[in-house]
Amino acid sequence: MHFAEAPPNPWFSWQYIERNSADIARALEQHVSLTLEAVAIAFVLALPLAALAHLRPRLAGPVLGVAGVLYTIPSLALFAVLAPYTGIGRTTVLIGLVSYALLVLTRNVLVGLQGVDPAVRDAARGMGYGRGRLLLSVELPQALPSVVAGLRLATVTTVALVTVGVVVGYGGLGTLMFRGFRSNYHAEIMTATVLCLLLALLFDLVIAGVGRRLTPWSRVESPV
Amino acid sequence: MSVFQEALAWLNDPLNWTGRGGVLALTKAHVIVSTLAVLLAAAVTMPLALWLGHRRRGARAGVVVANTTRALPTLALLTLLAASGLFGNTATVLACAVFAVPPLLTNTVTGLGDVDADVRDAARGVGMSGARSLWAVEVPLAIPLIAAGLRTASVQVVATVPLAALVGGRSLGSIVVEGFGLQNYGQVLAGGLLVAALCLVVEGLLALLQHVSTPPGLRSLARESSTRRTRTRSSRPSPVAEPVTTGSNGPSPSS
Repeated sequence: MHFAEAPPNPWFSWQYIERNSADIARALEQHVSLTLEAVAIAFVLALPLAALAHLRPRLAGPVLGVAGVLYTIPSLALFAVLAPYTGIGRTTVLIGLVSYALLVLTRNVLVGLQGVDPAVRDAARGMGYGRGRLLLSVELPQALPSVVAGLRLATVTTVALVTVGVVVGYGGLGTLMFRGFRSNYHAEIMTATVLCLLLALLFDLVIAGVGRRLTPWSRVESPV
Repeated sequence: MSVFQEALAWLNDPLNWTGRGGVLALTKAHVIVSTLAVLLAAAVTMPLALWLGHRRRGARAGVVVANTTRALPTLALLTLLAASGLFGNTATVLACAVFAVPPLLTNTVTGLGDVDADVRDAARGVGMSGARSLWAVEVPLAIPLIAAGLRTASVQVVATVPLAALVGGRSLGSIVVEGFGLQNYGQVLAGGLLVAALCLVVEGLLALLQHVSTPPGLRSLARESSTRRTRTRSSRPSPVAEPVTTGSNGPSPSS
């Protein structure tokens, strides 16, 4: 692309990384902790929400509809709407991240639960499973591939989204990108970008690996 | 005065609507940049996607492209382009076009791939050439998915453009960024509401357009199958659970 046009300003520099390792580590730590925290909170909220929508099918349409509309709202606008009330800093970013991850997760868990083979459900009911037990010990395990796919999607999305937090002064690696842009220092932008991509890849691989471990029966297809 | 009242006051001030940095001018810039980005992405992607879909290939490549762009933060791409000398709206158009590619690519390839093999055989059987079969048979049948892809891509672009305000692009996002800079939270809130409203309006309009552009025969077919699905809930939705219709920045909500 257009990277080659800037001779005096290297796109990659070990010197920068060595001299600023503490700074980079701080941004990275902020990025990782925000991502993990947001996805964990969203997951804890999404499971009961999706289960509720699944048990009361009448709620499923509105839940998915609201999630779809909320998902349309750009992150910058969401942070802008939140910031006056929750202030500048971690809380605002976290709320924004949790809500987006929540939308992705709820949707995927619900789709997974609804996708359970009706024959399996019938068999469990025939064996005398109640509604709650059916959900916990039959439907949820069956929905695991979809849940894992949702977790991967939500995590990768969140890693990328954290950077937008820079508008409220708390953007993890995004802070480095923006500072690099402000001072026109290419190495800083590039380092942060590469770290972001690696982080997303790492999370994705870890979750996919855990998912494979949890669902030994579904080695045939790997969604997403 | 509460922040919300400040936002209302900001929105009620005619001076904020007119002029070079006014809401109207910024909205226009926003829409123009978005349109250019979608057109650029479509011009690059569609021929390739049509070819791949016709040859029944490339589904895997689409997934790889989609996942990579999802992990790449928009901010990273914007700052990279801006730092390499492309300031303002050129960088915005390029960066947003990149994020519009995956929905266009995957939906077109999937749509063409889903065309019934019997229908393709029939088209061959009546003597259609490959190109004729593509234009007269496969593309019309794939229109609903292609239109959905276009809609997803457009909404995503409209949602991503505001971020470019951080690197100097002019759009409705400029109001938000300027508000943060001035610590004027009424303005921030007003800008956020305007951006959100624009996205929802575009989403609604495109949904309408998608409905209209679907051939009438397919429309009734789609309605039938969707009502049947909701009634018995026995069909199996795809476990991939991609946000099919909406998504501001698939990586997201504008990552």
